[in-house]
Amino acid sequence: MKGNPAALRGVPNSLINILALGLIMGRYIVRRLLSLIPVLLGVSIIVFFLVRLIPGSSLQMYLGTQVETTPEQMVELKRIFGEDKPVPVLYIEWLGRVLRGDFGYSLRTSRPILPDILQRLPLSIEITIIALILALAIGIPLGILSAIKQHPLTDVLIRVGGLLGLSLPQFWLASLMVIAFSNFRGWIPMGNYVGFFSAPLQNIRMLFFPSLAIGIGLAAVIMRYTRNSMLEVLQMDYIRTAKAKGLKKKVVIVRHALRNAILPVITVAGFNTGYLLGGAIVIEEVFALPGMGRLALYAIYQRDYPLIQGIILLIAAMFVLVNLVTDLIYAAVDPRIRLDDGAR
Amino acid sequence: MKQRGDVILSVKNLKTYFDTEYGIVKAVDDISFDVRRGEVLGIVGESGSGKSVTNLSLLRLVPTPPGRIAGGQIFFEGKNLLEGDEEDIRLIRGGNISMIFQDPMTSLNPLLRISLQIAEALQLHHGLSKKEAVAKAVELLKAIGIPDAESRAHDYPHQFSGGMRQRVMIAMAISCSPDILIADEPTTALDVTIQAQILDLIKGLSDKNTMSVILITHDLGVVAGICDSVCVMYAGRIVEKAGVDELFSDPKHPYTIGLLDSIPRIDAAGRQRLYSIPGAPPNLVNLPAGCPFYPRCEKGMDVCTKAFPPETSFGATGSGAAGGATRSVRCWLHAEGSHDAR
Amino acid sequence: MAGTRLGKNAIALTGLAIIAFYIAVIIVALFWLPYDPVAMSPAHMLEAPSIKTGHLFGTDEFGRDILSRIMQGCSVSLIISISATLMGAVIGTLMGIWAGFLGGKWDQFIMRIADILFSFPSLLLAIFIMGILGEKTYNVIIAIGIVYIPQFARVSRGAIITLKSSEFVRAAFSNGAGRSYVLFKHLLPNIMMPLIVQVSLSLSVAILLESALSFLGLGIQPPYPSWGNMLSSARKFMMLAPWTAIYPGIAISFLVLGFNLLGDGLRDILDPRLRNVK
Repeated sequence: MKGNPAALRGVPNSLINILALGLIMGRYIVRRLLSLIPVLLGVSIIVFFLVRLIPGSSLQMYLGTQVETTPEQMVELKRIFGEDKPVPVLYIEWLGRVLRGDFGYSLRTSRPILPDILQRLPLSIEITIIALILALAIGIPLGILSAIKQHPLTDVLIRVGGLLGLSLPQFWLASLMVIAFSNFRGWIPMGNYVGFFSAPLQNIRMLFFPSLAIGIGLAAVIMRYTRNSMLEVLQMDYIRTAKAKGLKKKVVIVRHALRNAILPVITVAGFNTGYLLGGAIVIEEVFALPGMGRLALYAIYQRDYPLIQGIILLIAAMFVLVNLVTDLIYAAVDPRIRLDDGAR
Repeated sequence: MKQRGDVILSVKNLKTYFDTEYGIVKAVDDISFDVRRGEVLGIVGESGSGKSVTNLSLLRLVPTPPGRIAGGQIFFEGKNLLEGDEEDIRLIRGGNISMIFQDPMTSLNPLLRISLQIAEALQLHHGLSKKEAVAKAVELLKAIGIPDAESRAHDYPHQFSGGMRQRVMIAMAISCSPDILIADEPTTALDVTIQAQILDLIKGLSDKNTMSVILITHDLGVVAGICDSVCVMYAGRIVEKAGVDELFSDPKHPYTIGLLDSIPRIDAAGRQRLYSIPGAPPNLVNLPAGCPFYPRCEKGMDVCTKAFPPETSFGATGSGAAGGATRSVRCWLHAEGSHDAR
Repeated sequence: MAGTRLGKNAIALTGLAIIAFYIAVIIVALFWLPYDPVAMSPAHMLEAPSIKTGHLFGTDEFGRDILSRIMQGCSVSLIISISATLMGAVIGTLMGIWAGFLGGKWDQFIMRIADILFSFPSLLLAIFIMGILGEKTYNVIIAIGIVYIPQFARVSRGAIITLKSSEFVRAAFSNGAGRSYVLFKHLLPNIMMPLIVQVSLSLSVAILLESALSFLGLGIQPPYPSWGNMLSSARKFMMLAPWTAIYPGIAISFLVLGFNLLGDGLRDILDPRLRNVK
């Protein structure tokens, strides 16, 4: 970005910056997407082959010993269970179908898998978003407060609180919340979930506690990362320079320290967000919420292996995608990374 | 009227201590010196001599804890900088007295554009709007020798080379036309060729803007290059003050003599061994009474172990660019009453 | 406060004390428990905690003494967590140091595997593996162990790469040392410390994972007590008898806190030294 070409002079600098950013990021995005493919492929392979190992997922187990079948039914069943061809072939076929959007049919419900999964997606996304917002809103300010150490007591209290937040099992927190707040009707969901777009207020009220149960642990993680990052950054020379310029303490902390300290926090928050999408299993279980985690759990309980394959692949894919988005956000904030692609 | 040669900064009996788990480190132990308008004052010493801490103390940037300013006064424009609260010293920082540091890579915020980092000070001290400040920043960069300043101003620190970064730091520091520029080993982290350029730049700015410079360094070559007067520090104390010519031609303190002797000479006869002062710098935690240089001094006497020598002045001499520079030494060799004529 | 040497040690020591306490409980539990943890006693079901009845933490829905069950569950939880973490640590570290040391294609290959494992949320991966292997106790160890492999691989790989270009490594090579020798005699000892910190922190999560698995019915099976499955069965009676849910949870939280404190304290002690090494 050395010197604007004559044609662009006169265009406001900020606009040019955004356009240039887009171009550079475009290359970066493509490169990162390409590097994801082997990982996702690996995930699909592992899922596919491992599912085959689940005891009880074979045709024999399904049928048991009592059921009688006609030869035609047997052929059909074998086809459905994927026992009529060698496994690698089946894998390729399955992969092909997946890439076209066909995830197959659930063994239990005989319904197509993908639409069922997608139906549960909004709930998982919502919980994740609310938990993330709560965690950031609690964690970052506490981390900063703890790092700038106005009062040593504040620091200690916040750190202890952070450690506690990390130590409490989510499902226990959730159970405690149910005990404590069961009288607040409408705040504790028990199988009566409504979608966001049908009844927004009710929906948020219902998801508040589940999200909080998750959010507390996440807030603790974010608080600790923010604190450690701020502590490191505050030791840096450029903070000394900023002070030597006579800047106000608040300015030094926010414009100079926080901006730099927030980078690792972005990474960590992003990683945990991806985790949450499929990892909120116990919370969904305790609060009886129809989310994706719970679907995966029951699929495994019931040995419904087409469903298992589909949902795990999807969860892993989302996880990886969220990490990609996190990396992009990071690159957008840190000029050292994005300009590394030979844009000099 | 403010004249070149007037004293603008007067440090008296400054003491800066650090409380560590090993004891109290007296990094700066009762030093006094003056800075005159338009002069380049060099502060020379080894690592651990307290020169950097002196700097930081001037602007009250010493990390507290574990450091603290334990005594003394710093007079600037009639006010004692050590009194007054954070607000007062904030106005001085960057506005009247600025500082540049040793490592330009780490001293600039990697996430902010250079133009903004320079503009900050201007917006704060001169009340310029962002647009005006950025425009002024570009001008400064041009003046400081950055090619293609208009577009380069919007780049980030990591896009500049070491020498360029130091120029940016200098631009940032002089943006508000300070009375004093404190340069803490500004060239140590740079290539030799770039060093010369930066030093010329600093000297030029000092001449042009009648700006005083306090230059911290361990390199006597740098001192000889641009300084007008010099303070030599050892173990937290100033042991000799002189105009630059006098220091090199007639050093009085054994430490100064040792330093000068250690410089390898081009005209050394044959294969002479490189001289170095025997011994090692002292541990600043439990300094014994007396002169801290005693263990390494060739001319040590009994009285040197008893008490730190008083300051002995040699009267005003007219050396250096600024007239009226002090000439003094703290050594029992030269103290009245215990003369051991050299 | 924690900036002083004493302060840093205090954190680690508190953690250590807590862990020692739990280990003491395990040892005691080998010889003596207040009541038989699996003995059902319908007459005394869901009794509130009281010193008079001798059930300090109350009883559960089968009349079993909660305190005894917690004590017994302690050993299982700790053993599983420690074994799983060690398994993950050993395998992951081996992978990581080979990847970091050899670099190039090996590095790519090994880290790809780690990445793939890493793309599953931990709990989901553990559940999945349990589903494949079946609900036996030792499978829990394997499942959690596998979950930890990528973490240790990354940490050890990072440490090796940083150290690889150090002076002492070059010195060792120039003295004629072979690759394996340098790897195990020189590099490994130097990465021990960050690994130990990682182990301590992983132990805390391992306990949480194990209890989550038990909670979901995939870990320790009833009637054998595990804190997780105690919480699971408590769900039905939480409202009537909150103590059935409260105490097992406290047991988990406190132990996890202990490991977290230890890991944190160790890391605090190490960090400044790591920085001085530069």
